[in-house]
Amino acid sequence: MDLIIQIFPYAIAYTIPLLIVALGGLFSERSGVVNIGLEGLMVVGGFASALSISKLQQSYPDASWVIWVGLLIAMLAGALFSLLHAFASINLNADQVISGIAINMIAGALTVFLARNITGSGNIRITGMSRGDVDFLGLNLSHIPLIGSLFFKNAYSTTWLVLIILVISIFVLYKTRFGLRLRACGEYPQAADAAGINVYRIRYIGVMISGAFSGLGGAIILVTYSGEFSGSVAGLGFLAIAALIFGQWKPLGILAASLFFGIATTITNVAQVVPSFAAIPQLVLKVFPYVVTLIALVIFSKSSQAPKSVGVPYEKGKR
Amino acid sequence: MKKGGIISLIAIFLGLIAGAILIMATGNDPVEGFTYLFQGGLKDSERIGNTLATATPLILTGLSVAFAFRTGLFNIGAAGQMLIGGFCALAIGLTVHLPTYLLLPLMVVVAMVAGAIWAFIPGLLKAKFNVHEVVSTIMMNWIAYWMVYYLVQNHFKGDTETESRMLADSATLKVPFLSDLFSGSFINLGIVIAIIMVIVISFIINRTVLGYELKAVGHNRSAAEYAGISVNRNVILSMMISGGLAGLAGVVQYAGNSSLIEIGVLPSEGFDGIAVALLGMNSPIGVFFSAIFFGLLSTGKGFMSAMTSIPPEISDVIIAIIIYFSATSLLIRKVINKLTRSRKYKKEILNSNVNVGEKVE
Repeated sequence: MDLIIQIFPYAIAYTIPLLIVALGGLFSERSGVVNIGLEGLMVVGGFASALSISKLQQSYPDASWVIWVGLLIAMLAGALFSLLHAFASINLNADQVISGIAINMIAGALTVFLARNITGSGNIRITGMSRGDVDFLGLNLSHIPLIGSLFFKNAYSTTWLVLIILVISIFVLYKTRFGLRLRACGEYPQAADAAGINVYRIRYIGVMISGAFSGLGGAIILVTYSGEFSGSVAGLGFLAIAALIFGQWKPLGILAASLFFGIATTITNVAQVVPSFAAIPQLVLKVFPYVVTLIALVIFSKSSQAPKSVGVPYEKGKR
Repeated sequence: MKKGGIISLIAIFLGLIAGAILIMATGNDPVEGFTYLFQGGLKDSERIGNTLATATPLILTGLSVAFAFRTGLFNIGAAGQMLIGGFCALAIGLTVHLPTYLLLPLMVVVAMVAGAIWAFIPGLLKAKFNVHEVVSTIMMNWIAYWMVYYLVQNHFKGDTETESRMLADSATLKVPFLSDLFSGSFINLGIVIAIIMVIVISFIINRTVLGYELKAVGHNRSAAEYAGISVNRNVILSMMISGGLAGLAGVVQYAGNSSLIEIGVLPSEGFDGIAVALLGMNSPIGVFFSAIFFGLLSTGKGFMSAMTSIPPEISDVIIAIIIYFSATSLLIRKVINKLTRSRKYKKEILNSNVNVGEKVE
């Protein structure tokens, strides 16, 4: 139990960025646009927040609102950058996979190019967020038995931000008019169009949400455990796609899948210091999420919950 | 095809323009920058040799992606196949003691087979379970990444944390004859392998039954099936040939251009191969020339950043923007069509009677 309490905060720290990025991917894919540019959009978010936070921290060294401004700017930057993908895949009927790859490449190269112009080395350091006990209306929630020490002790406040976004996303996707329209555009855009829905507009919104969430995910990595922008997020964007598929394009499925992957990552990282994990080869833990996703793809191949029209450009008047 | 070539040239042109704007925006002189960029890749015979050597793995990954494209498959796993192929060749080179004339062919064959096996899995999943090859090759990329990461760290660790041990020169594709010809460049036998593969692949695609079947599957799976072509067999075969080519890129990169494997990074050549294939319009010859163009940009960037204050990443930005414009070629196509509309319009009227019949489904 002590061990779980010890590693749980770390597992959460890895899960949260994965969760928010996969959730972004969900909005895009549910609207019918494949977005494998999530990785690049995370890099853009990381860059935008690193730049703005490092500049602001020079003027306001001790202010904690600086980090929240950085997160907001990361979301805006991600959403703006995702417009490139939206324009290519919605208006120009481009191959969405190729456009996504181009997004990844442009993001990686462009941000390092700009960072080098600014700092010389291409890396940007910031002072990140510190962990703390969560206060709610003056009550220290970490004193709640059992769950208090798991969820509220030593937690980042971004964790709660993301969980709130998750709840709102579930509500929006399944309980609002917009959510129904979004899902309709991913399943059968022709029918959606016939019902008077502007497919292009909905898809633009879907892609921009994925951009904003990915940007936020990249920024959360920066302000929580990395503390430095270096032009890469080491494949987390692709892992988020794996979580999206493994979660079968459903918000709660994605939550379970990202938690699963987050715990796997944490166990790999602590395996050297915790004797009970040392027996598992690290390689097994590292390839675990990808192998599991491949297996899931095979198992669900007959009953996949993937949106029917994902990846298919919508052309008005085409039957 | 002819229009495709024009579109590629326009995409390159737009990429260079975007690069120029970016250089200007960061307070540098684009004309000066591009002059040094191209000088850096072409100035003397050593630099030309380096350009060709840098282009070598790109030719092979480009061929790999293009070949799969012809069968309607999107192999974005070239990076992983290249890594696995290169790693297996390196492992052989470091552990097996054989005379060079036996060792090198063994390494090349092992790399090709390893790449083919790595691509066989997504091919099989596609054929048997209809798992989309884009997703499965992404997963295979990261499995390769971590496998090579730990295998190198545990068995072949070199001087630093992120590198493997170095191969002896006799276990690499480097030959004094080629280095001397290009006055000390790191060009090696890899370029010969690449040129042979360009010829072999264009022969397979254009002159064999296999190539015809593969293209038929790429154009229309159902029609191919109806004509008695085994779609599943061709899908798996196409992925394996594609993976084999990417594996060759691995041996050329890690036992030719370099003598060690770097861990903690997926080789960028794998993703650049997609750009190469797109720009080369999936034809082997087109791939060859577009790979050399990208090789030129990569080689020249070091010289440019040494002579100016422009960061070397500009060439990666230009390559990425070129891919984006190739992907959105519809826009360019529309503009071209608009410019040539009056001519085409007349043609359309002439053909309109034929078209009416086609619309009935």
